[in-house]
Amino acid sequence: MSEFEPKIVAFFCNWCTYGAADLAGVSRLDYPPNFRVVRLPCTGRLNPKYILEAFKRGADGVWISGCHPGDCHYIAGNYHARRKFMLLHHMLEAVGLEPGRLHFSWISSAEANKFQEIAREVVEKVRACGPNVNFRKAELDLGLPEVA
Amino acid sequence: MTSLPDLNQKIQSAAKRLLAEGKAEVVIGCRQGTTPMTVAPIFCRTEDDCNQLIWSNFAKINLATYLPKYPGKVAIIAKGCDARSAVGQVVEKQIERENLYIVGVACGGLVDVEQIQAREPRPIRAAEEDWATIKLSGDGWSSSLPKEDVLRRNCKTCVSRTPEGVADELIGEPTEALPADDYADLKALAGQSLEEKMAYFKGLVKNCLRCYACRNACPLCYCPVCFVDETRPQWLGKSQDEMDTFTFHLLRAFHCSGRCTSCGGCEAACPMDIKLREFNRLLDEEVQKDWNYLPGLSWDQTPPLTTYRPDDEADFIK
Repeated sequence: MSEFEPKIVAFFCNWCTYGAADLAGVSRLDYPPNFRVVRLPCTGRLNPKYILEAFKRGADGVWISGCHPGDCHYIAGNYHARRKFMLLHHMLEAVGLEPGRLHFSWISSAEANKFQEIAREVVEKVRACGPNVNFRKAELDLGLPEVA
Repeated sequence: MTSLPDLNQKIQSAAKRLLAEGKAEVVIGCRQGTTPMTVAPIFCRTEDDCNQLIWSNFAKINLATYLPKYPGKVAIIAKGCDARSAVGQVVEKQIERENLYIVGVACGGLVDVEQIQAREPRPIRAAEEDWATIKLSGDGWSSSLPKEDVLRRNCKTCVSRTPEGVADELIGEPTEALPADDYADLKALAGQSLEEKMAYFKGLVKNCLRCYACRNACPLCYCPVCFVDETRPQWLGKSQDEMDTFTFHLLRAFHCSGRCTSCGGCEAACPMDIKLREFNRLLDEEVQKDWNYLPGLSWDQTPPLTTYRPDDEADFIK
């Protein structure tokens, strides 16, 4: 049996982390290919149900990343997002989600090296958690694909 | 302490006065239910309606739930938690302050019918109540219970029994607020293993039918389309899948974070006796710890998720 390769759904803000991922690619920085990136206009656009939906459909990990506080393209989107993350992070860990499955970071579009470093860290932590069993649906609804 | 008949009298005359003076087109309150130990909401437009108004230890519904449905001038006969929810709806701009008149009634805590039935398994045909005791009777028997022994869980940690400060008028003698919830059980749970935590929370909702009675009873759940009813995309499957049910409870609680007044309406409405508030309490604890916020206590509060501080501490973000 081959080694477990985690599937990770990554929600990146269009203005910062998505740019960092782009820059990392253009700069030929190696990072693991375990992400399925969803581009958001801003981390403030992230609804907590997206995270749960990803886990429900079989993602082994979720990574959310946006602009550093103070650098939001929309002035305060990430400040608002941070408050939601504080509650959501607390709640999901309190109900038994492994701490290594859900990751948050601030990566600016110039920080390709930080992107590479955190991408590796996220994949390793999710890999250590093993496949997501507890937060996935036993049987998916008709027409809904699993995270590819 | 004002006796219950006196209190009812005062509530009824206040309601009649408000209708006569035109301060309200409808007065929302409680009336006796059709079976023992139940109450029903009543929407008073005439004097006759007003004569049915009561205050009851069994008034488990949060009357603020009905407020956003009335566009005109409305008065509400409010316990501490009803008043806080009504204030929350004004703060969240669901109703206009000038259309709302709060008749605050000092509350001494409500009782939990399930706990009464557990202590008194014989069929209960009638229940009489006063401030401190519940008298039960059935075929050829009668007994009485001290109210303190069968208080609802949320009433044991109520910090707003008397809606002082926000009520337009107050009926009854103010009752002391109780020591706030210390979340000791949740703190103890936080120290346990992931498996134990998950087993606890999934166990809580394993009987859930997803009837959404908790949502319908909740004064915070006024969204025109709830996320559970959205179909494109469909966030929650319609089957009894464990994860769909769990997601519902997590998101329901999340939507109430920083807004829940611990009225216990969700638990009271639940036909399966699920301790729904455990999920809310998880978030209440965090909201109070991080932002020291209690909803519904003043008209000019800013709900914590609609604002931010540049120095909010979130050390889990890399």
